[in-house]
Amino acid sequence: MTVTTNVTKTVDARGLSCPLPIVKTALAIKEIGSGDVIEVLATDPGSTKDFIAWSKTTGHELVESTVDGKVFRYILRKK
Amino acid sequence: MTATLTRPEVPTPLVEELDEPEADGAVKVKELVIVAESGDLERTWATTILASTAAAGEMKVSIFFTFWGLFTLVRPEVRLTGTNWMQKMLAMMNRPGIDHAKLSKLNFAGMGPWMMKKLAKQYGVAEPRELLEMAQALGVRLIPCQMSMDMMGITADQLIDGVEPAVGAAAALELMTNADASLFI
Repeated sequence: MTVTTNVTKTVDARGLSCPLPIVKTALAIKEIGSGDVIEVLATDPGSTKDFIAWSKTTGHELVESTVDGKVFRYILRKK
Repeated sequence: MTATLTRPEVPTPLVEELDEPEADGAVKVKELVIVAESGDLERTWATTILASTAAAGEMKVSIFFTFWGLFTLVRPEVRLTGTNWMQKMLAMMNRPGIDHAKLSKLNFAGMGPWMMKKLAKQYGVAEPRELLEMAQALGVRLIPCQMSMDMMGITADQLIDGVEPAVGAAAALELMTNADASLFI
């Protein structure tokens, strides 16, 4: 169940452990404009809760959180 | 008869709501101060993980490096610091640089850290140096302790790029009292 969105940038954090998916996303989101959409791919099972929390603290909207096999996919919109 | 242990039900993620906005409508930026005192590999790991994650969460983060922690900031190519024999001896026994941090236990002359880093790589965990670089890219302030620098004979040009000018205990305490959380690691 994937909503097609115009993704500006993709962060491939597959195989990376905490806190790299979040830290790499934070670095990447600095390079896109407000309202732009970023896609994050991760395999860290803890990342789902991390992205919910991170979205709340930073205000970048977590548009989508899906899982396909072992790969988690997050779509975030920069505030 | 064997007792069956049932795991308590894991509560659903509780993420606290954001703070009430300030009067001007802006949410106050949270501040974290870490005093990095030990320089041990596992503690350097804790410091760099927390600093980079907090900065990723748009917190304002400062790390005050003091005593053994100061060696973390020494450039990797600097082998020996200090001007007198005692200071040089310190650097001989405690090789400066974040990549040379030792474990506080199970160090086994470097075998422990080597295994730890091998495990880290296998499990996709970033090394402290990588985390520190990312923390810097996210705006984390690295502040060395002047007293430790003097006592150990470490000079500003021996420290990695991007480190702020050294300060004293009073300045560090001021940072801590204004912060939302301060940690001594």
